Amino acid sequence: MKFTVLLKQTPDTAELPKITPEQALAGNQGVTKVVNPWDEYAVEEGIRLKERFGGETVAMSMGPDEVDEALKSALAMGCDRAVRLWDESFEGSDVWGTALVLAKGVEKDGGADVILTGKMSVDGNSGAVAHGVACKLGVSLLTQVAKIVDISDGMITVERLLDEGRETVRAPLPAVVSVVKEINEPRYPTFIRIRKASRAKIPVLTAADLGLSPDQVGAAAAKVKWTELVKPPAKKREVVIIEGETPEEKARKLLDYLMNVEKVI
Amino acid sequence: MSILVWIDHFGGKVQSASWETLGKARSLADATDGRVAVAVMGTDVRDIAEQAIAYGADVVYLYDDPVYEHFRLEPYAAAVKDATTSENPALLLFPATTRGRDVSALVACQMDLGLAPDAQEVSFQDGKVLAERPVYSGNLIAKVVVETTPAVVSLRPRTAPMPEADTSRQGEIVEKGAVIGEDAITTQVLNFEEKAVGEVSLTDARIIVSGGRGVKGPEGFEPLRELAQLLGAAIGASRAAVDAGWISYDHQVGQTGKTVRPDLYIACGISGAIQHQAGMRESKIIVAINKDPDAPIFQIADYGIVDDLFKIVPALTEELRKRLD
Repeated sequence: MKFTVLLKQTPDTAELPKITPEQALAGNQGVTKVVNPWDEYAVEEGIRLKERFGGETVAMSMGPDEVDEALKSALAMGCDRAVRLWDESFEGSDVWGTALVLAKGVEKDGGADVILTGKMSVDGNSGAVAHGVACKLGVSLLTQVAKIVDISDGMITVERLLDEGRETVRAPLPAVVSVVKEINEPRYPTFIRIRKASRAKIPVLTAADLGLSPDQVGAAAAKVKWTELVKPPAKKREVVIIEGETPEEKARKLLDYLMNVEKVI
Repeated sequence: MSILVWIDHFGGKVQSASWETLGKARSLADATDGRVAVAVMGTDVRDIAEQAIAYGADVVYLYDDPVYEHFRLEPYAAAVKDATTSENPALLLFPATTRGRDVSALVACQMDLGLAPDAQEVSFQDGKVLAERPVYSGNLIAKVVVETTPAVVSLRPRTAPMPEADTSRQGEIVEKGAVIGEDAITTQVLNFEEKAVGEVSLTDARIIVSGGRGVKGPEGFEPLRELAQLLGAAIGASRAAVDAGWISYDHQVGQTGKTVRPDLYIACGISGAIQHQAGMRESKIIVAINKDPDAPIFQIADYGIVDDLFKIVPALTEELRKRLD
């Protein structure tokens, strides 16, 4: 079995509130970067699947040199090898351009039985890369996956977490699986593994390697363009601290505000 | 100019975000002399088609067939594409519910169309669709232009007002059946385990009662549940409470959980880390109940009570019960 994990390098979540539009537009310049927290669950699941079913787990990402750090984190956690996809022409890709590059990367790497990814990135927030990769590869798509029940006879069975409950579904391999947080608890890499991963040479596949021409990817091919990036206007809130002698009195006063002034109850 | 709206429902129960999305489409169409079409898939869902007309649809493409019994991407995406071919809209608008985001993304990719997911605003300008969508987990807003026609946009729940139903409105229902047959569908639904009855989903909730580290354990959510039940509210949680294993992940609000914007958010024993704020600060009214007067949650709250939640929450439930009697 071969498991390929698609991951993105994103700002650390603690940094997100501090990022300015200018920094964001300059590729998250000057910001501490990590493996997208959602993708960490995908990395962990990719490693667990290899442990359960045997085979190989590959970490793959699109991005410039600095993305090697994120791929090395995946290696340190236990992925067998990593592949980076980059070419200047990829710059400015929208979600479908990114999905096309990733799909070509998976194909070029010899395909995969299960392609794992997190439910979205904490910066782009589109949550559509999994859909794009499945669509471009023409394979099954399973989203919101909270458990991989079984992989056998060319089929994968998973539990999906929906708003209304848990659904068990089966689909043929290969399949793109986007996972939710409930699926596992990502492991901490050991010191030895971190050391070993830090020395890894990660191969890079370019547009030419992937057979992609500049009109298929990057800003030129983007079907959605960002025209402006702004800080959301902060809602002005002045907190009213409810005072009272007893909890009952405070409860009464609060309900008076909520029912009679704000009318939200 | 036409707008095609996809209606999300679960077993015939329509997510209110669907009607909000339809209401938004209606106001966009009214401003441009356009029309609103709706696509509904399911089994025995003619009543949804009729409701859609009451909520503002001019025409409904009704895909009523056993093949649509469970939501599966293959037949649903095929039906949306079929409706798109029939209607030739300038905009495909979906509620950005879990299913809505799935089907909109797949349809957009299959049809090679630009996608603006989870938008909080959508408009037309010079024949193009513009959208505003929160990015960086709600910390920045991207204004985008979609370069394709049709454009595909999903609208974040509770960003557009719920429209009024008008049962005297007239509209046309176009009967459509299975676009692809069962033999062409590879995904099989084997089982479905429904959530506890009466549990309100976070995304749709008008009121959310949320608990954090201060609830101290799984049983600490009980008083919150009692209050929530009385209010018809959903139960939310901070990451601390979820990571501690006190409540399941589907209740998590925040950067790595759900983003919510209810009319009322009652944060109980939640300190209000920036990551939590990212998921709830767009709520209309925020109430914070916390023993620690320095908890950051008070900085974004409208009303605060500095006290023990285990005293205040039951008192609220008691007082509310009196007033509702």
